[in-house]
Amino acid sequence: MTSLSRTSELPRVSTALLDAAPATDSRFPLVDEDTGRHRFRVHRSTMTSPEVFRAELDRVFSHSWLYVGHESEVSRPGDYVRRPVGGRPVFMVRGAKSGRINVFHNTCTHRGAVVCRQPAGNAKAFSCFYHAWTFDSEGRLMGIPDRDAYGGELDLAALSLRPVARVESYRGFVFASFDPEIQDLVSYLAGAVEYLDLVIDSADGEMEIIKGTNEYCIEANWKLLAENSIDGYHAVSTHDTYFKYLLALGTDLAGGVDGTSYDLGNGHAVLEYRAPWGRPIAKWEPLFGEDSREEIARMRADLVSRHGEARGSRMADTNRNLLIYPNLVVNDIMAVTVRTFMPLAPNRMDVTAWELAPRDELAQLRQRRLDSFLTFLGPAGFATPDDLEALESCQQGFSSGGVEWNDISRGMARTPAANDEAQMRAFWRRWSQQMGTAGYGGGAGASR
Amino acid sequence: MTTTTGAPAAPAVQPAPIIRLSQPDVVLGLDALGRSQVEDFLCLEAELLDAWDLDTWLTLFAPEASYVVPCNDSPDGDPARDLVLVDDNALRLRLRVERLNSRRAHREYPHSRTNHQFSNVVVGVREGDELPVVASFTVWRFRNGKASYYVGKYHYRFVAIDGRLRIRSKRVVLDMTTLRPAGDLAIIL
Ligand code: FES
Ligand SMILES: [Fe+2]
Repeated sequence: MTSLSRTSELPRVSTALLDAAPATDSRFPLVDEDTGRHRFRVHRSTMTSPEVFRAELDRVFSHSWLYVGHESEVSRPGDYVRRPVGGRPVFMVRGAKSGRINVFHNTCTHRGAVVCRQPAGNAKAFSCFYHAWTFDSEGRLMGIPDRDAYGGELDLAALSLRPVARVESYRGFVFASFDPEIQDLVSYLAGAVEYLDLVIDSADGEMEIIKGTNEYCIEANWKLLAENSIDGYHAVSTHDTYFKYLLALGTDLAGGVDGTSYDLGNGHAVLEYRAPWGRPIAKWEPLFGEDSREEIARMRADLVSRHGEARGSRMADTNRNLLIYPNLVVNDIMAVTVRTFMPLAPNRMDVTAWELAPRDELAQLRQRRLDSFLTFLGPAGFATPDDLEALESCQQGFSSGGVEWNDISRGMARTPAANDEAQMRAFWRRWSQQMGTAGYGGGAGASR
Repeated sequence: MTTTTGAPAAPAVQPAPIIRLSQPDVVLGLDALGRSQVEDFLCLEAELLDAWDLDTWLTLFAPEASYVVPCNDSPDGDPARDLVLVDDNALRLRLRVERLNSRRAHREYPHSRTNHQFSNVVVGVREGDELPVVASFTVWRFRNGKASYYVGKYHYRFVAIDGRLRIRSKRVVLDMTTLRPAGDLAIIL
């Protein structure tokens, strides 16, 4: 990671309304930082304004690396999954010839119909049902019924499925960007690489997405979930019933949650902390049962011998809530979640979450991992519904008006702890930078 | 419920007095149980859930209780291998009820108003000591001015304990392709 990549400006597409507004004295930044006074404020119009929302689709989601899926979801040639990325329907397919992962815009080059119409599967060819143009898994146009009608000049290559401008993957995590000029993925990921490595190396590089997807929705601004996913401050108050659940199962809650947060560059941030719950890799606790105690001790020793005491014990004992800007969360806690979310409106987002686990995990540990995921991270569990309630409650609170700013100053006057808000400030600084002139209020109608 | 000044407001819905439906005794044994008796039981269960009388609802289960809801995209999901939405044994089911009874389950405090509806009840043929029953359901959930719904099929396995019908397992398969229309699943289906 270079300092250049941290600060490099992305190309901007003009956002007519806001850019055209004359720069008057009434214009003010929506993200307002005053280090001298240890004050960091975010204007609530960032969560409610339709203009801000439209500018985000352009400036944030069209110029970032966005998570598409995991390579394990398309392990064999011809395997595919269909899903929206950045709000646009695309599909990811492993090319039968190249073995490469392709991500295509899900639209026929003839007259537009959706080409991949199943959520997932394996296919030799994708045939558009409308007029039966047929594409192979590398996107090449293979067949057009009644081709003579076009004469001899038809350029088949030019009519291939259109790949998304940039596709790269990092150790199994596939990302795409609609910006052809965006920096390479590893530079973009900056300090987040170290944290992805911790997850992946702890499973010896062999991870898979488990079958079963959590697809839910929250009637709140998407940035509230970015904040919430790395918010250590809310755990005790919001998730009281989850901790009671752990207690009832014999977990020792003494020691609580203790750790630090880091700004990883480019808007990415992480919380790293110790917590009472167990970790399938590799921190035993009574909930896991006596029969898995030895296996977890063996895994822990293995991590230490492979990675040294410092890194090995960090993998085994500490939890990480990682936010990869703008909308990917990889939380390595009592289970590992890969969660992405996309705004549909200023006050509504779709959330999609998968569970990531080591391939070939011992059945009883896999069972504990599944239990941990659904009870804490799942939308029918003992915690996540209360996060939804908190986020929707904030969104409803914003509409009450009267208060214009959210305060995100916690920890500015000290070395940030895991229950401070430094990690959120990292997100907001990058957001403000990327939004540029669209990250201002006042002037064109907004009131201060 | 005690009311003290400054305490949080009581839930908006004060359940109306309930006329308890009688629980069908399995005097005839599982083989001879008719659909109307099974429907009486399902009515009682729906009534208890809608009245948020979850402690009584728990008593409808056999000690080896299981309550499972697969993810929307994997209706055949196996809780031993796959990620599911709910995978409760008797202990976790009791803890789920304790959570929902508390005032700290923020998503369900105050409680939603719900309406559990079932139809298309098919009573299967006894398998060992179990009677399989399948029914369609719609559960409506109303809260904070918002209406949401859950639609799918109940797959029950009933057993007879001391002459009473009891649920050994309840598997709830959702027909919605995602959970998005409902937001989350904090309630019991
Ligand atoms: S739109 Fe696909 S073949 Fe015509
Ligand atoms: Fe939370």
